Amino acid sequence: MHPAFSVIFLTTLIGAGQGLFLALYTGQLYSVFNLVPGQDSHTFYGYGSLLALIFLGMGLFASFFHLGHPERAWRSAAKWRTSWLSREVIVLPSFMAMTFIYGVTHFTGYNPVLFTISDVFVVNLTLLVGFLATGLAFLLFLCTGMIYACIKFLQEWATPLTVINYTLLGLASGFTLATVFASYAGIQLASFYAGWAIIITVIATITRAASLLRNSRIKPKSTMTSAIGIRHTKIQQKSRGFMAGSFNTREYFHNMSATGFKSIKWIFPILTFVLPVIILSSGMASNSFAIYLFAFVVQYAGLIAERWFFFAQANHPQNLYYQTI
Amino acid sequence: MKQLALVIDLNVCVGCHACVTSCKEWNTSGTAGSMSDFNPYEEDPTGNFFNRVQTFEIGTYPNTETVHFPKSCLHCEEPPCVPVCPTGASYKREEDGIVLVDYDKCIGCKYCSWACPYGARELDEEQKVMKKCTLCVDRIYDESLPEAERKPSCVLACPTSARLFGDVKDPDSSISETIRENGGYQLMPEWGTKPANHYLPRRKTKVTIHEDELTRVDNPLNKERQLPMPDDDEQTLDDVMSW
Repeated sequence: MHPAFSVIFLTTLIGAGQGLFLALYTGQLYSVFNLVPGQDSHTFYGYGSLLALIFLGMGLFASFFHLGHPERAWRSAAKWRTSWLSREVIVLPSFMAMTFIYGVTHFTGYNPVLFTISDVFVVNLTLLVGFLATGLAFLLFLCTGMIYACIKFLQEWATPLTVINYTLLGLASGFTLATVFASYAGIQLASFYAGWAIIITVIATITRAASLLRNSRIKPKSTMTSAIGIRHTKIQQKSRGFMAGSFNTREYFHNMSATGFKSIKWIFPILTFVLPVIILSSGMASNSFAIYLFAFVVQYAGLIAERWFFFAQANHPQNLYYQTI
Repeated sequence: MKQLALVIDLNVCVGCHACVTSCKEWNTSGTAGSMSDFNPYEEDPTGNFFNRVQTFEIGTYPNTETVHFPKSCLHCEEPPCVPVCPTGASYKREEDGIVLVDYDKCIGCKYCSWACPYGARELDEEQKVMKKCTLCVDRIYDESLPEAERKPSCVLACPTSARLFGDVKDPDSSISETIRENGGYQLMPEWGTKPANHYLPRRKTKVTIHEDELTRVDNPLNKERQLPMPDDDEQTLDDVMSW
C-alpha cells in the first residue's frame, strides 16, 4: 500500500496522546494505593491532560488531510454498526471529551468523593472520569487497529497482532512522553514512568518482531490463477491496459526502491525499540530532562518509520492486475 | 431477488478496448460524470476509467496463448467495500444488486478502495469522491431508449459480443444459462466476495479426423463413375480450374 502521511501522523499522534493519558491515570492509581507520592492535581494532571489533548488534536487535524471532503467528515459517524473507521470517528472525540473533563476536574480541584468501597477505597470524581477515559482509550486502540486488521485480504494486517502492536506502541510512546513531561514538571515520577516506558517498549519489541516474522512467512492466497481464473502455472501480464498512471498504480504501491524498503525495515526497530530503551536507561541514571526528551523524539521518529513500513509492507491483491505497463 | 451482472467471454474477447472507450464516453457524459482527466495530451496523463482491458500471456514460448481480460467492478453479492464505508455512501441496491457510490455522501477517505481486492474503485481527483462502474444504471432503466439499447454501454460497444448482460439470480435468464453451460467462474473466490460478474473460460476448438473419414464411404460415384478409377495423384478439377 502507499503510505499516506496523514494517516501515519494520525495514528502515531493519537497513540502517543492515548498513551500519555493512560500514563497519567496509572500515576493517579498508584498514588491512590500510596505506591507513589501523590501529585499536585493542578499542575501535573491538569497540564498533563492538556498535553495529551494537544497530541490527540494534532492527530485529528492530520486525519482531515486524508479526506477528499473534510467538510463532510461528520457523516462518517453514520455506519458504526459495520465500519471500524466509523467507530473510531465516534470513539476519538468521546475519548478527547473525557480527557478534557479529566483535565478540568483536576485543574479546578473539583473532586468530590462519590462513594467508598468497603470503607477503604475512596472513589472520587477524577478517579471515575479517568476510569471511563481509560476504557475509551483502549477502545480507541481497538478501533484504530481493527480498521486495518479487518481487511482480510491484506494478509499482513489481518492478524490480532495489528491491534496489539497499535496498543503497545501507543502506550510505549505515551509513557515516554509522560517521562518527559514529569521530568519537565520537576516531579518525582519521571523515573517511574521511564521504567514503565522501558518495560512496555521491550514487550512491544517482541510483538512487533512477531508480526514481522509472521509477515515474512505469508503465502499470498490470491495468485494470478485466481485473479484471472485461468488454470495455468505460467501466467505473465503483457499489458495492464494503459500506459499512463492511474489510481490503481498510485494508491497500492509504495514506490520505494527495494534497498530503501529494506533499510527502513532495519531503521524503524532501532529507532523505535533499541535506542529509546538505551536512552531512557541513561536518562534514569542522570535524571536529565534533555535526555528524556531526546528519547521521545527518537522513538516518535521511529514510530513514523514503523507506520510507514506497516503500510508499505501490505501487499494488496489488486497489484496482481498491475504488474507491467 | 435480482442481481444484474455482466458475463465476459474470454474465448471471444479480442482486446479491442471498445468497451473501455464507450464506458468512458457514456459515463463522463452521464450521471456518474464527469470522469476527470489530468494532462490528457501531455506527459504523464492520468484519469478515471471504470473499465480496462488487460492482456496476459499464458504458457511458455512457443506454446503460448494470449488472453485479453476486461476488468471492471464485479458487483459482488458480498461486497467488502460496502460495510467498511463510514458514511454509508457506498451501498448495494436491494432491487437489482448494483453496487453504487452516493457522491453527495462520500467523504473521499479511500477506505473502500483498500477493501476491494480487485482494485475496482478509483478516487476522482477533481470531485474528490470514489467512483466505480455503475453498470450504466442511468441507461439500463431509461425508457426513452429503445429496449434493445437499455444495456450497459460496454455491452453495446463490444463488436464480438464478448460481454453479456442480465440477471444472474434468474435461473432462466440467458446469462445464467451461459454461465451454467459454459463453465462460468468468478474472480478470486478465496475471499468470499461472491462476485456477480462471471467470466467464461477459453475453449479449445479441436476436430479429430480419423483416417477412414478422409474418403467418403457412401460416395455415389463409387457406383456411377466411369471406370477405371483415376489414380490419386492425377489432376482433379480443383487443380486445373482457378476459382
